[in-house]
Amino acid sequence: MGSACKVHGWVERMRVDLVIIGGGPAGLAAAIAAREAGIENLVILERDARLGGILNQCIHNGFGLHTFKEELTGPEYAGRYIEKVREMKIPYRLDTIVIDLGETQEDCADHGEEAGRVNGESGGRRSAAEGVREQSRGGRARKLVTAMSRKDGLYTIEAEAVILAMGCRERPRGALNIPGYRPAGIYSAGTAQRYVNMEGRMPGREVVILGSGDIGLIMARRMTLEGAKVKLVAELMPYSGGLKRNIVQCLDDYGIPLRLRTTVVNIKGKERVEAVVVAKVDENSRPIPGTEEEIPCDTLLLSCGLIPENELSGKLGLAMNPATNGPLVNESLETGVPGVFACGNVLHVHDLVDYVSEEAAQAGRKAASYLQGNLPKPQEEIPVRVGKGVRYTVPGAVDVRRMGETQLIRFRVDNVYRDKNLEVCLNGKPVSSRRKRMLAPGEMEQVVLRKADLEGVLDLREISLQIVD
Amino acid sequence: METILSPEKKELICIGCPLGCNVAVELEDGQITAITGNTCPRGADYVRKELTDPKRIVTSLVRVKGGELAVVPVKTVSDIPKGQVMDCIRELKAVELNAPVSMGDVAVKNVCGTGVDVVVTANVEKGTSCIEE
Amino acid sequence: MTDIIVIGGGVTGCAIARELSRRDWKVTVLERASDVCEGTSKANSGIVHGGFDAAPGSRKAALNVEGSRMMEALSRELDFPYKRNGSLVLSFDEKDRPLLQRLYDQGQQNGVEGLEILEAEQVRRLEPEVSENVVAALHAPSGGIVCPFGLTIALAENAAVNGVEFRLNTEVERIEKLEEGYRLITNRGIFRSAVVVNAAGVYADRFHNMVSAEKIRIIPRKGEYCLMDKKVGDYVSHTLFQLPTKFGKGVLVTPTVHGNLLAGPTAVDVGDPESVDTTPQGLEEVLKRAGLSVRALPARQIITSFAGLRAHEEQGDFVLGQPDDAPGFFDAAGIESPGLTCAPAIGRYIAQEVAGYLPAAEKKDFIAVRKGIPNMETAGPEERKRLIEENPAYAKVICRCELVTEGEILDAIHRPLGATTLDGIKRRTRAGMGRCQAGFCAPGTVEILARELGKDMGEICKNEPGSRFLTGYDKDGVTAAEKTNGQCM
Repeated sequence: MGSACKVHGWVERMRVDLVIIGGGPAGLAAAIAAREAGIENLVILERDARLGGILNQCIHNGFGLHTFKEELTGPEYAGRYIEKVREMKIPYRLDTIVIDLGETQEDCADHGEEAGRVNGESGGRRSAAEGVREQSRGGRARKLVTAMSRKDGLYTIEAEAVILAMGCRERPRGALNIPGYRPAGIYSAGTAQRYVNMEGRMPGREVVILGSGDIGLIMARRMTLEGAKVKLVAELMPYSGGLKRNIVQCLDDYGIPLRLRTTVVNIKGKERVEAVVVAKVDENSRPIPGTEEEIPCDTLLLSCGLIPENELSGKLGLAMNPATNGPLVNESLETGVPGVFACGNVLHVHDLVDYVSEEAAQAGRKAASYLQGNLPKPQEEIPVRVGKGVRYTVPGAVDVRRMGETQLIRFRVDNVYRDKNLEVCLNGKPVSSRRKRMLAPGEMEQVVLRKADLEGVLDLREISLQIVD
Repeated sequence: METILSPEKKELICIGCPLGCNVAVELEDGQITAITGNTCPRGADYVRKELTDPKRIVTSLVRVKGGELAVVPVKTVSDIPKGQVMDCIRELKAVELNAPVSMGDVAVKNVCGTGVDVVVTANVEKGTSCIEE
Repeated sequence: MTDIIVIGGGVTGCAIARELSRRDWKVTVLERASDVCEGTSKANSGIVHGGFDAAPGSRKAALNVEGSRMMEALSRELDFPYKRNGSLVLSFDEKDRPLLQRLYDQGQQNGVEGLEILEAEQVRRLEPEVSENVVAALHAPSGGIVCPFGLTIALAENAAVNGVEFRLNTEVERIEKLEEGYRLITNRGIFRSAVVVNAAGVYADRFHNMVSAEKIRIIPRKGEYCLMDKKVGDYVSHTLFQLPTKFGKGVLVTPTVHGNLLAGPTAVDVGDPESVDTTPQGLEEVLKRAGLSVRALPARQIITSFAGLRAHEEQGDFVLGQPDDAPGFFDAAGIESPGLTCAPAIGRYIAQEVAGYLPAAEKKDFIAVRKGIPNMETAGPEERKRLIEENPAYAKVICRCELVTEGEILDAIHRPLGATTLDGIKRRTRAGMGRCQAGFCAPGTVEILARELGKDMGEICKNEPGSRFLTGYDKDGVTAAEKTNGQCM
């Protein structure tokens, strides 16, 4: 039994089969899929006061067209999954932050509480993975998840498998190194979104937005609808990082100008933002002297990209993909540490939540296979290489033996391409080609590999994707 | 966004889904004679509607009294005429609901006479809108 | 009527106030900003200099070595982060050896302990990432790093606990010399005191020149910095200076005491004592020059940049003590680098001088020790457990990047001289100082501040009264009839 804290009756150590870190769209879908695949003893750890993650503040519509064939708002989309989690009595802990992630060295099997018992569910039930756990002793290290919350204090969960679903965060001003003063009135678009949509508080009245990623575009509309004046959206690149329909619906509808190849070169105002200076940039993204224009405003919103939040992954020493800032995973979305899976925006930043849910469900099923002893150890991982025009792929490697009949490869391109062919090559030889009318970095693309094709190649060493004429 | 290529030719980006097809429309005396570039029938429907009767779904907030949060998100159940979007927002400004509210609750019936209801899109429990537990 | 007024709640003013609080004086600190540590003290290198840099015989030289020696004991007494990480002055040219030697000799004369000149391979053994071009370096093992906010706030809190009154948001507009003592006209009323201590940073010349005919002139000298993520905080372990050459004074690359990597500062004289803005040229220069010291400066890991102003007196040395024509007026002016290092020694020196002018007995009940805010991030498992058992708010994380909990924020608000602003919370707890730069935690922090101070969230400021975080409610700007804003086209 775990040692309990005398004052609060807290349990300091417990055991589960699967811990899912993050209760946003990825964590919810992963948990549901794992439970559907037979994993009883699992727990979702969510740092916020409610499940749903960032969707709770994405009150605009446009979610779920793929998954539910209807257009939902963020909270509604999350709501469908949350309802299912409750129905399935999947245990979750709110307001809970994971502060450490590690692996066991020794076998310490004889103590621990079932996580489910804490929420009054599935306690005492023999877990689906009990057998595997027996087998795995000495073979596979267990994962140690250290978490804390007001309600449960500080405790450690011993788990057979972990799914990382921590999401991403926004790139801050500092990363852009914008010169000028540091007054109040500079927010990441997501912070502003939270203030406006969750609290009904306005972070400003006259707004300039830097970055035309989807959150920036969405916030241009939201701020406008809530009574602010959005004067300009500036984008460093020659194209928008957001979905085209968001440019139409969020900017064009309201006459908000979008200036491409433009950046903020100065921020004025000592206490509150009073103006920003924008300038055109050259092909190396350097401001062109003489093109400066001062735009009076009280607020600068930054929507300059998202970064997967992988500080915890770092504690496990996972190998990372520098192009995504997410961990490297194989066809089973398994990271370099066996039994640790990743999905959603912590793996790579997605454009649509539908794809997050889809990917996370796969991670949930694979984690279940792992726990049930049905996922053999990777033996021969064939690397998926990025060819011309491709910025990254997920997964980064495929073990043909472990893959299903088909394998989805998600990727993003590095520039805007029109009427090009997407080519899949095996050992450098093109095996399939698909005409694409339009490819843009803001939109995630996908291609399906067939197991039969891969098996058909003698001595397969490499899979690659490229964009060709 | 609407690019006018010639009096008889326009290009629109379909907003029906994230693909964002560039749909070209040919017109003769204001009548659509050809639609090209759309991946699916929705693209054609979209440009037809966008050129004759553009509509949008509106999402915003209304105030909640006595809830764990001070506001709750809302949406129009279906799209309303584009020209009435700000009128809809103005009507929402005056609305205050009492906690608890649940997803699907009607916040405004027949907003701006459009025949479309505005419904709540999240749950807000009773409580004080404060971080204290 | 008070005995002593200290103008300025920066590190110098707070160090002086703390030393003054050892005796039976009534002391008031007047600070124009909404918090202590709002000027030069908040934007500097955070370095405890060894003391080889200042000209032998100067005020700077003597106080530097003394301050450096005091710092470690003080950090234990007042519980602020300090680390003796040692420093290296890098030389990139064989021809500059005499300059390095001169620095060594100067250090010897100033009484700096442990100095040695290292050859290139010795330097590389200490710091594997130094540039290939390094030919030799001056090693000062006594060099250290300190949290400038931690030091200043610790001094201020301890002074407050020992009876010093802090008047924030109080800007001195005029000083009049009376028959006995001084009258200070401020935006918040008139103050009278027997003694005035001028620790007004970049504004110290203004106040000095109001009471003395021997004019001084302070030139604000801007320094810009880039701060990098903790991920690369161990890129170097020593503070790496560059040997000043004809090409300039050079910039430093150093770990901070909290584990970030810091590069800077530039040195540009500016007219405006308020111009703490960063510039494209400045930031570029920081990266270019810092890049000379190391193999590959991890500039992609920059999380923020900032600028501070040093109060450079044109004669180049500290101006300390009473001008001949203004008895009872004590300057602590021209406090530029190594001012942070010197602060404890300056405090001691000024307090002694004041005691010579206005004798007072030492307090018997002086409280020398101050305990800082607990730090969940650096606490061990047992300490974490103990804190959470004491108050579960220590388990509620508000700032994820720096692992700052609600418990720490509550502590920052409710201790002596508690935080009232977002920046106040940031400097006391590090909430918002991490890689997301307050993106996630600002809403939580604002909410706690509002709740604890009994204010509305809309009243909470980043720092000064004009820096409100929120501007109103949704649809405030949506008016009944006109369709100027947000016309849907």
